[in-house]
Amino acid sequence: MSIRLYVSRDAGAVAVGADEVALALEQAAAKRGVAVEIVRTGSRGMYWLEPLVEVATPRGRIAFGPVTETDVPSLLDALVGNTPHLLRLGATDEIPWLKRQTRLTFARCGVIDPRSLDDYCAHGGYNGLARALSLGSDAILTEVSAAGLRGRGGAGFPTGIKWKTVAQAKADRKFIVCNADEGDSGTFADRMIMEGDPFLVIEGMTIAGITVGASKGYIYIRSEYPHAVEAMNAAIVAARRGGYLGTNIGGSKQAFDLEVRVGAGAYVCGEETSLLESLEGRRGIVRAKPPLPAHHGLFGKPTVINNVLSFAAIPFILAEGAKAYADFGMGRSRGTMPIQLAGNIRHGGLFETAFGVTLGELVDDIGGGTFTGRPVRAVQVGGPLGAYFPRSLFDTPFDYEAFAARDGLIGHGGIVVFDDSVDMRRQARFAMEFCAIESCGKCTPCRIGSTRGVETIEKIIKGERVSENLALVEDLCNTMKFGSLCALGGFTPYPVLSALKHFREDFAPIPTTLQAAE
Amino acid sequence: MTTLYEPWDETRGAGIIAEHAGQEGATLVILHALQEAFGHVPQAAIPMVAKALNLSRAEVHGVFTFYHDFRHKPAGRHVLKLCRAEACQAAGGDALAARAEARLGVSLGNTTADDRVTLEPIYCLGLCATAPSAMLDGRLVGRLDQKRLDALVAEAQR
Repeated sequence: MSIRLYVSRDAGAVAVGADEVALALEQAAAKRGVAVEIVRTGSRGMYWLEPLVEVATPRGRIAFGPVTETDVPSLLDALVGNTPHLLRLGATDEIPWLKRQTRLTFARCGVIDPRSLDDYCAHGGYNGLARALSLGSDAILTEVSAAGLRGRGGAGFPTGIKWKTVAQAKADRKFIVCNADEGDSGTFADRMIMEGDPFLVIEGMTIAGITVGASKGYIYIRSEYPHAVEAMNAAIVAARRGGYLGTNIGGSKQAFDLEVRVGAGAYVCGEETSLLESLEGRRGIVRAKPPLPAHHGLFGKPTVINNVLSFAAIPFILAEGAKAYADFGMGRSRGTMPIQLAGNIRHGGLFETAFGVTLGELVDDIGGGTFTGRPVRAVQVGGPLGAYFPRSLFDTPFDYEAFAARDGLIGHGGIVVFDDSVDMRRQARFAMEFCAIESCGKCTPCRIGSTRGVETIEKIIKGERVSENLALVEDLCNTMKFGSLCALGGFTPYPVLSALKHFREDFAPIPTTLQAAE
Repeated sequence: MTTLYEPWDETRGAGIIAEHAGQEGATLVILHALQEAFGHVPQAAIPMVAKALNLSRAEVHGVFTFYHDFRHKPAGRHVLKLCRAEACQAAGGDALAARAEARLGVSLGNTTADDRVTLEPIYCLGLCATAPSAMLDGRLVGRLDQKRLDALVAEAQR
């Protein structure tokens, strides 16, 4: 009898040795004449346990991790003899970290073989499209609106309204564009779902296509994600072969096809209008809005442009109904959010849960505090343009409005944890530096202000006229905030001002005795 | 594994351009394909791309220089990219970057004098739960520490 094993092929698992472990398992099994079948899945999202090895049993999958190459012989002994092993974690689904999640979008990630269309369909895949085809455009729009889904890229704009605008627009061609330019540090949910469940993204985009009357879609993936590019391309080929892309999708009269385009290392291309410029083959210079992409998007045509996670939420909403999704969440933030715990954290990974969980629960309880074991001092939520929150704000619930009310943003759901060794002056300086490196150059406050910001914060670090320069930085931040077209210039003030506000002690003038000592 | 690139050849370049020129918005697609073949985007190719896409040379040059990925000249034999974004900073990335610079004797963004190693910053590989992370010639490495970094540097120098 063959032993069926599951090892992740997710880039995050591969980076810590999953390929080597899979190879070692194969070789060790061959040497002993044990028949094994190794299925390469996506990641379950428990990165501190990667490389995770799971074995299929009649009572479900049993997990072992983190497994290294040297553990392989003893692991194989335990598997063959059904004996205990130090790395045995028990039934995967019973691991508390996984069990307390509400996985609607990530239900299949880490479970199925992302290269297999059959596996996808066997786990409920394409049920959403089947229902969408039977509903028709108007009813799909009603479902998406009723689900309360808001753009998961960060802006939180209601997806239903966006789709409806494009559906009502009259044009000879319309486009669906998936923003997979996931450049925010601390975020990796787009990468994980593209690598672990790529058909889900395809299904979501296909549903968007039939809803608004678009027959062509583009997935714009950043070049830093070669594994995701490969996974999406392979899935597109398989979906075409299976009749889920091309003409007569899913046996209907509708046509829809997809193409992957690869970015070229520009962070600003995650901004939707800059992304459209890049897709058209130009410099990623931000466009002024209006006109909105929904009216005048890719190649001047009405375009639905959504984040990967927005499209990935759609199949569940269509398959299970809007209510099943909207029943989760709080206030105007409905459904679940795939939250990413990152940086200096003990239990980092992908935690999908209903909106409303507090920042403190996420960092201390679920994340288990820092990896270094030192106290948590600051967390940056929402990427390089997100605010730094101190422990005193850990009661903030994960919700678009609650974070905005405290001068922060949830962005794409990434949380980067810092311990007490962090110097917030350096983090504030880095925010400005990153903006200077990545500014597209269109708006003066962003293009020049960011460089002046770096210089001024450097003066503060050196102890030069600290209070005057602090006032200057605050003034500069306001100019950037209100004088920039897009979130790069407009939101860079968030990390800077939050560092100033919540961690003022780091910016205090250096006492003269210390200055003399330097 | 080191990648060997073809020397610039006009006919080969024209072939690559022609292969992709029919796509909508093909500029980035073509520049990527040229760089994959030649290790950089040769200056001589810019006017050829412009002609094929009915653009001005300035427009193509503008696109080429806007994006961090496109190179004016080939990188060293190995490219070591270190993530310098916040999640990796939080996990000790600053000290590791300084260590790599000291070991290789070049600052981030430069190539060693013997042309063996190009050391570059990268802003997020999406491995933020196993930070700090690096990429050596396309191979990802997470949970970087001094020992793993030293091994990567030694591998790149070989």
